[in-house]
Amino acid sequence: MLNWWYGIIDFILPFQWASHAFMKNALTAVLLVTPLFGILGTMIVNNRMAFFSDSLGHGAFTGIAIGSMLGVIKPIWGAIIFSVAFAILITTIKNKTKTSTDTIIGVFSSTTIAAGLVLITLFNQPYNTYLVGDLLSITPSDIALLLIVFVLVVILWVTIFNKLLVISVNPLLASSRGINTMLIDILFTSAVAVIVTITIQWVGILIINSLLVLPAAAARNIASNTRQYHALSIAAALISGLAGLIASYYLNTATGATIVLIAALLYFITLSIRGKVLK
Amino acid sequence: MNEEKHVCKSKDSCCGVCCTQIQDFSVTVGKAQILHNVNIHIHCGELTALIGPNGAGKSTLLKAILGEVKHTGSLKYLDAKGLRTGNPLIGYVPQYLNFDLGTPTSVLDLFTASISKKPAWLIPTNKIRQRTSESLAKVNAEHLIERRLGALSGGELQRVMLALSLDPVPDILLLDEPVSGIDQNGLELFYNTLKELKNKYDMTIILISHDFDLVYKYADRVVLLNEGTVVTSGTPDEVFNDKRMREVFRMSKFYIQNNEQRNTIQGGND
Repeated sequence: MLNWWYGIIDFILPFQWASHAFMKNALTAVLLVTPLFGILGTMIVNNRMAFFSDSLGHGAFTGIAIGSMLGVIKPIWGAIIFSVAFAILITTIKNKTKTSTDTIIGVFSSTTIAAGLVLITLFNQPYNTYLVGDLLSITPSDIALLLIVFVLVVILWVTIFNKLLVISVNPLLASSRGINTMLIDILFTSAVAVIVTITIQWVGILIINSLLVLPAAAARNIASNTRQYHALSIAAALISGLAGLIASYYLNTATGATIVLIAALLYFITLSIRGKVLK
Repeated sequence: MNEEKHVCKSKDSCCGVCCTQIQDFSVTVGKAQILHNVNIHIHCGELTALIGPNGAGKSTLLKAILGEVKHTGSLKYLDAKGLRTGNPLIGYVPQYLNFDLGTPTSVLDLFTASISKKPAWLIPTNKIRQRTSESLAKVNAEHLIERRLGALSGGELQRVMLALSLDPVPDILLLDEPVSGIDQNGLELFYNTLKELKNKYDMTIILISHDFDLVYKYADRVVLLNEGTVVTSGTPDEVFNDKRMREVFRMSKFYIQNNEQRNTIQGGND
């Protein structure tokens, strides 16, 4: 199914690292998933939701545990359904309550990761994969799923980004202009939940959030408008994804962590030139 | 834009035809009643200032008008020709803009996101740029179009938000303490702009303010709120000379002195 694509990779990248099928799959996944992290990250950083998205990752972990326990057609579907439900729940509570959002997120974050660990150990499943992740375990059917998600997120981003931007400046201003802030919020967090759930098995729960936050954080150090912000964030995500994948192959290190380290490096570089670029 | 909007010949000809009526507004959050029996009748082409001590319910009233908090009672709007009644188009200038100052959002991005369907992460069309420029020109802020929101001064940001609230031209313009964090010159400029807009578009302007000097100078009507309801309303002279005005604010003199250094209650002796 993917043979024509493998052929293209062999033609463009006639290197040793790209000759293995598992590396080709990982490369394809990186090309599909890092841009999504780049664009979703822009709003996570803008809305100061770093802690919130971290808890979505934890919710996804419980989802995966439940998914593999129920053994529905494929565990991933159970996981996605749970994560989205969790995202909707926590967004609703965040919007409706007056209690400190920080505390609520903290409570849900710890509860879900504990529930996930208990469930997984209860059924004698290994959990290391989910903590650290294995980007080299990607299969062609994973790639098919990623492609669908990629298209859906891009469509979503075309539809709701403007509304999200107005909400991020002032929610009341947004609703005065007829924007359903709650609905938009839920669509956004659900999209983040889906991406995180799918990617967690490859990147690992420990560092997945940094993939969402770092590229956007690096981009906003030197961007002065929304276009630059997106372009730079996507570029930072892609560069760290590709460089991390290749470096981890030669250094024999954990791929996800290598990618995150490079993203962090990009962040510190942009931070150091921030003053020269932005006035 | 909506230049064909009705312009009142005089206040009397407008009266009873083009107006906004807030009838029996009450807001209860949890067990606390924040607003009760608020009745305000506002004519268009008038600048109505809502004043009152902290916690009087001013911001809640604006949120209720915006439909952001649940309320009982009704908001009636009648346009001059009686063509558009019911749901007025409301423009809103927010009080707190506590977005992240580091956000890479330019003024043009905010306008693109607000007035068009084209995603703000694409290159804006000339039409959008043109329309943004025109809106900014209304508040003398064309030069700010490429500026990042975080790089604007308080006064510039307020003018930009005002320009945004004017596209499309609203029937009712709500301003929530639009003058905090702005220097005295900026304040005068802002109130002058409001005055021009009011006359040009025959717009109903409802403004929350603590600056009594400027309210006295620019407002056509003043509504004094305290403890969740209207204490009195009328012309600035009537309200500022009312003894209830002094009673309400004597209780909160501490607040006035500490939070609004430049404000003093001026009776009619301006």
